[in-house]
Amino acid sequence: MADMTYREAVAEGIAREMRLDPTVVCLGEDIGAAEGVFKTTVGLFKEFGPTRVWDTPISEQAIVGAAMGAAMTGLRPVAEIMFSDFLACCWDYLANEIPKVRYMTGGQVTVPLVVRTANGGGLGFGAQHSQAVENWAFTVPGLKIAAPSTPADVIGLLAAAIRSDDPVVVFEHKGLFASRGPAPPAGHVVPLGQASIARQGRDVTLVALASTVPIALQAAETLAADGIEAEVIDLRCLVPLDMRTVLESLARTSRLVVVEENPYQGGWGATVVSIVADEGFELLDAPIRRVAGECVPLPFADSLEAQVIPTAARVIDVVGQLAAY
Amino acid sequence: MNDLLRMYELMAVIRRTEKAAYDLFMAGLVKGTTHLASGQEAVAVGASEALRDDDYTFATYRGHHHTIARGATPEACLAELMSKATGLCGGKGGSMHLTYAAGNMLGSYAIVGSHLPMAVGAAWSAQLRGSEQIAVAFFGDGATNIGAFHEALNLAAVWKLPVVFVCENNLYMEYTPIASVTAVANPAADRACAYNLPASIVDGNDVLVVRSAVREAAARARDGGGPTVLEMQTYRHFGHSRTDPATYRPSWEVEEWLSRDPLTIAAAQLSKEDVAAADARAEKVVAEAVEAAKAAPPAEGALTDVWADGSSTWRT
Ligand SMILES: Cc1ncc(C[n+]2csc(CCOP(=O)(O)OP(=O)(O)O)c2C)c(N)n1
Ligand SMILES: [Mg+2]
Repeated sequence: MADMTYREAVAEGIAREMRLDPTVVCLGEDIGAAEGVFKTTVGLFKEFGPTRVWDTPISEQAIVGAAMGAAMTGLRPVAEIMFSDFLACCWDYLANEIPKVRYMTGGQVTVPLVVRTANGGGLGFGAQHSQAVENWAFTVPGLKIAAPSTPADVIGLLAAAIRSDDPVVVFEHKGLFASRGPAPPAGHVVPLGQASIARQGRDVTLVALASTVPIALQAAETLAADGIEAEVIDLRCLVPLDMRTVLESLARTSRLVVVEENPYQGGWGATVVSIVADEGFELLDAPIRRVAGECVPLPFADSLEAQVIPTAARVIDVVGQLAAY
Repeated sequence: MNDLLRMYELMAVIRRTEKAAYDLFMAGLVKGTTHLASGQEAVAVGASEALRDDDYTFATYRGHHHTIARGATPEACLAELMSKATGLCGGKGGSMHLTYAAGNMLGSYAIVGSHLPMAVGAAWSAQLRGSEQIAVAFFGDGATNIGAFHEALNLAAVWKLPVVFVCENNLYMEYTPIASVTAVANPAADRACAYNLPASIVDGNDVLVVRSAVREAAARARDGGGPTVLEMQTYRHFGHSRTDPATYRPSWEVEEWLSRDPLTIAAAQLSKEDVAAADARAEKVVAEAVEAAKAAPPAEGALTDVWADGSSTWRT
């Protein structure tokens, strides 16, 4: 199979769905003729034209609110919020409107929309363009959440998200846009809520998501040289959360480290470990550890950012402590 | 039956349904809060008369009138307020979220201004699908000071969408006179020029005047002429919500507006016999609705309707 970048996979994933379903439309800032600030919508405007790919003003509330109204009335909009930090500007729609409307109307309306956004740090964009905010969405019942780590998963999860009759927030990781991987075959769909085992191992389970998957894999390679075989689980989605795969892995390894980029304070790993404490306590032979973002805004300087975002070195260190437990 | 009589009767049904809601609240059968639209019925009824059945409407927490005007029954509305399984939203919404999707009344929203962008999106969808439907957002004067209002008007103008923005200017945002917190005299109409949109100020208590204003705006929208802002001048007869005695309103103002009650204005153009007969029918419909809602079983299903498959399952 040919290789493609994660960034190319975003445009390809959207294009595949737009070819299949004429009700799929895109809207966002600079996504049309300019092809996106991260070049994640390259080719869409050219192929589908201005009635399918819509440039908007800088109006995050109007972008997501209009996507919601369109989703309620027969379209499948894919709205882009340029940087995930900007979700705060339209948070009402993510927190109060989109996830609640189906429930509070007793199931009268359906909101099949996707909000895509570039998430996370590592590129030196500073505090207001770098935060990993997947945990913001994770606090809201009624949103599905996907966060792919490979080009193939970008395409597969976008397909599932766009076809879903539920609202899905897709966190694309800025630090992964340039990464490469095999291009998936036509018709590739990754169902929402199915984790993948990115690496098998018998000694410790590393649960990761998006940017922390390559970090966990890198740590696992180093640990293997020391005779520790880490199993790496790529959650791929936070909602639905595939805890079965995590608990089954723990039944084999009995040790758990969660690797998450969002801050430790309120990060998604807290929910994962609380479920393990509730339902998998007997599977454990060591304390649970979380390697998470530090509880500070993202700093600018490389040397500082590296202290805040999880690294393979920190994962290796923590796994070393558990192995000796 | 002539149009005006039909509209009068619908207003009478709405008036009595809200009176019933108030009485049921006092009897302890409705909980939470209610935001009565009594006094503002002509906006909902006149506008609905001007729309196609498949046009979309979006309303606020003060939305009983808009829900019934689009075809929801008083029984389903009252049952919703009374936490009954037969309520419009199965008891999951309540007074502030009445929704009647079967009539394309796509919801009542309680975050001020949030539904204006949704109406823009519904209009965008109609335009892309070539359905010749339009969308209408009803909102209060207070909503004109929140960002979503401005983002919605600009986007609708730029994309020339078939949407009508209908402000119900009842002079107050909660307990504060709108004039004291707004830089322009007419909170919606005076903002329209910033988005190059046509606007008019309309007598919102005269159902025929409302209907013709909305007809004109709807025709413009349907013909590709883009959005219109209509500012309906009206007044609520009661306080902002259930617990508000509205003592901040001068009595001369209240009296002046009570003398301009939309039902009285419509009745003055009808025969006494017709009005009496319509009142009697409205009385009966609402009395029966109250009894049926009282007799209905309680709401159930707290863990359903989150996802499209009907479940609330979020993990394996
Ligand atoms: C974003 C937001 N801020 C504040 C409130 C609290 N609140 C509810 S209704 C209201 C007044 C709204 O006034 P207006 O838009 O004129 O509508 P009316 O109640 O007069 O129909 C306020 C401040 C809210 N629901 N949403
Ligand atoms: Mg008001």
